[in-house]
Amino acid sequence: MSETTTHIPEEKVRIGAPSIPGFTEEGEDLSPINDNDSSPLGGASTKAHSHGGGVAAPDSSRAGRLTSTNVEDFAKLTGREEDWRFTPLKRLKGLHSDDLTGAAPKVELTGNDIAKLSVVSADDSLNGVAHTPDDRVSANAWKFASETQVVTIPKNAEGANASLRITGESLVPAAQHLIIVAEENSEATVILDHVGSAVLAQNIEFDVRANARLTVISLQAWEDDAVHASSQQALVAQGAKFKHIVVSFGGDLVRVNPSARFTGERAEVELYGLYFADPGQHLEHRLFVDHAVPNCKSNVLYKGALQGKDAHTVWVGDVLIQKEAVGTDSYEANRNLVLTDGARADSVPNLEIETGLIDGAGHASTTGRFDDEHLFYLMARGIDEKTARRLVVRGFLNEIVQQIGDEALQERLTDTIEEELAATEH
Amino acid sequence: MSTLEIKDLHVSIDTEQGEKEILKGVTLSIKTGETHAIMGPNGSGKSTLASTIAGHPRYNVTSGSITLDGENVLEMSVDERAKAGLFLAMQYPVEVPGVTMTNFLRTAKTAIDGEAPKLRTWTKDVKEAMGKLKIDADFAGRNVNEGFSGGEKKRVEILQLELFKPKFAILDETDSGLDVDALKIVSEGVNRAQDENNMGTLLITHYTRILRYIKPDFVHVFVDGHVAEQGGPELADRLEDEGYDRYLNVKA
Repeated sequence: MSETTTHIPEEKVRIGAPSIPGFTEEGEDLSPINDNDSSPLGGASTKAHSHGGGVAAPDSSRAGRLTSTNVEDFAKLTGREEDWRFTPLKRLKGLHSDDLTGAAPKVELTGNDIAKLSVVSADDSLNGVAHTPDDRVSANAWKFASETQVVTIPKNAEGANASLRITGESLVPAAQHLIIVAEENSEATVILDHVGSAVLAQNIEFDVRANARLTVISLQAWEDDAVHASSQQALVAQGAKFKHIVVSFGGDLVRVNPSARFTGERAEVELYGLYFADPGQHLEHRLFVDHAVPNCKSNVLYKGALQGKDAHTVWVGDVLIQKEAVGTDSYEANRNLVLTDGARADSVPNLEIETGLIDGAGHASTTGRFDDEHLFYLMARGIDEKTARRLVVRGFLNEIVQQIGDEALQERLTDTIEEELAATEH
Repeated sequence: MSTLEIKDLHVSIDTEQGEKEILKGVTLSIKTGETHAIMGPNGSGKSTLASTIAGHPRYNVTSGSITLDGENVLEMSVDERAKAGLFLAMQYPVEVPGVTMTNFLRTAKTAIDGEAPKLRTWTKDVKEAMGKLKIDADFAGRNVNEGFSGGEKKRVEILQLELFKPKFAILDETDSGLDVDALKIVSEGVNRAQDENNMGTLLITHYTRILRYIKPDFVHVFVDGHVAEQGGPELADRLEDEGYDRYLNVKA
């Protein structure tokens, strides 16, 4: 009956969005979000998808992206850049253009005392151990972060449990730099709990050393007015396991860019994400997995629910399997559930493979819609509307919630999902 | 004993060309324990009747009534109708993302009965019912109807019929798209539900094939939104031989 069926197996799906002038299904035209009168920037640099045929320009490969700690090396943003075309720059509150002079959000560590928190200066040699900014906002944060908070999980530690409560108290644009070091053979869970109000450009480094097992949960539970651009880069050494879970539901604009680079063999990376966008909210996740050494594994799964007018989510997943990375096993998927009209989910998986000698590589993207036919089906079985809606959303997001080992946090997320759902009940 | 009573029912839908009347005065009375077959050519309004009884929002009842033991069904929401004992086995069951069969069946059973089923007996009941309908055990962990074949979806509809134990079941072309083996399995399920729960059945079908396995007490022939003829099982035999041309010619 409805044109939009449950699952639309397309790689790029925009649902609920009216057709937008100058914006094709391939996304090759200018982004309407950052509308500008000047002449179009054509060519390969605006191409979205490595499948798209056409000429592979050097800058169309993720490997060719500029990295620098110097913000001046990055051109001023116009909004037409491939990695900014979905982001409404006007709502970044100057994170990309202004001096970030505000006070960084307060950081408090709680947990079982195994992890240690220390502070080093902005010119300490530890800075950059796992991270080099790869966009202008990240470089701007690098420039203005006045100090670096370092969480260290000591060698051979078992069951380390650290929760960093990161509290924003002002809307003056600010920069922040954090480093998490998981020393050799340690095992830890680190929660980055972002709350309060902030306009924040942030760099977070994860140095996951040999045979360490590090789970990180980055929770964006901001107040409604927060703006947050976070670049989170991990270096994953031989035999290490890095599990990264992004949970975004608060804030006006949230853009999290997690990346993982393998430096040793037999390492594993799992990147998970869960997001819930409300009316007017922009939640963007752009991830990058760089397979540059042989015999590593990566698995990516992001799931999002959207509801209300102008709720917008963006997911871009870049996976690069370099020539040297034989024996790689990799999979990435993004699944969105659109709950109401007027919401828009952009989803772009990019898989670049430079060697045929791999164990596996795949990607998937689906954007489904909870529509009147689903509701009718469930209600025809006696389930009331409210319960039906909850059943679907809870079930959909649960796959990611289950990945979070921390029970208290799981419970908090389940409650949050309930609250989000309650917000749309009329 | 319960009675589902439909009186002079007129139903229309909104189309781009404006409102279109599909049912033009349908009167039917079904008692528990009875099986009524509704037959007729495509477009005669059979499925509209089924969806209207279940309360699909697409269909507007312009006049007439549907009552269940005197209670006004038209005033009930979709879920209230299910709780009152009506069950629609859908022609095209939808796939519901994010909800496993196990979770769905338990939630629906709880809603219909007004209390959660006892976990141990419920699990056993589900397993047994699935076995009888030859539904693979791993379906329980899969999302509702997701990736199921047409025949599997129909069997899952009958699974629900057996587990939810409605007073009245409306089977909307449950036989369409089934091969002979699946048709037998599905029919046996319907017959079991009828024997065990003294269920009343409204069997909507285009073909007489399913009537070899589910014996109707009454046959109603739908043509152009109303009942053109009714009778006993012998009417089905006659339709088998003559088809619907007789009615359509009269109309022309």
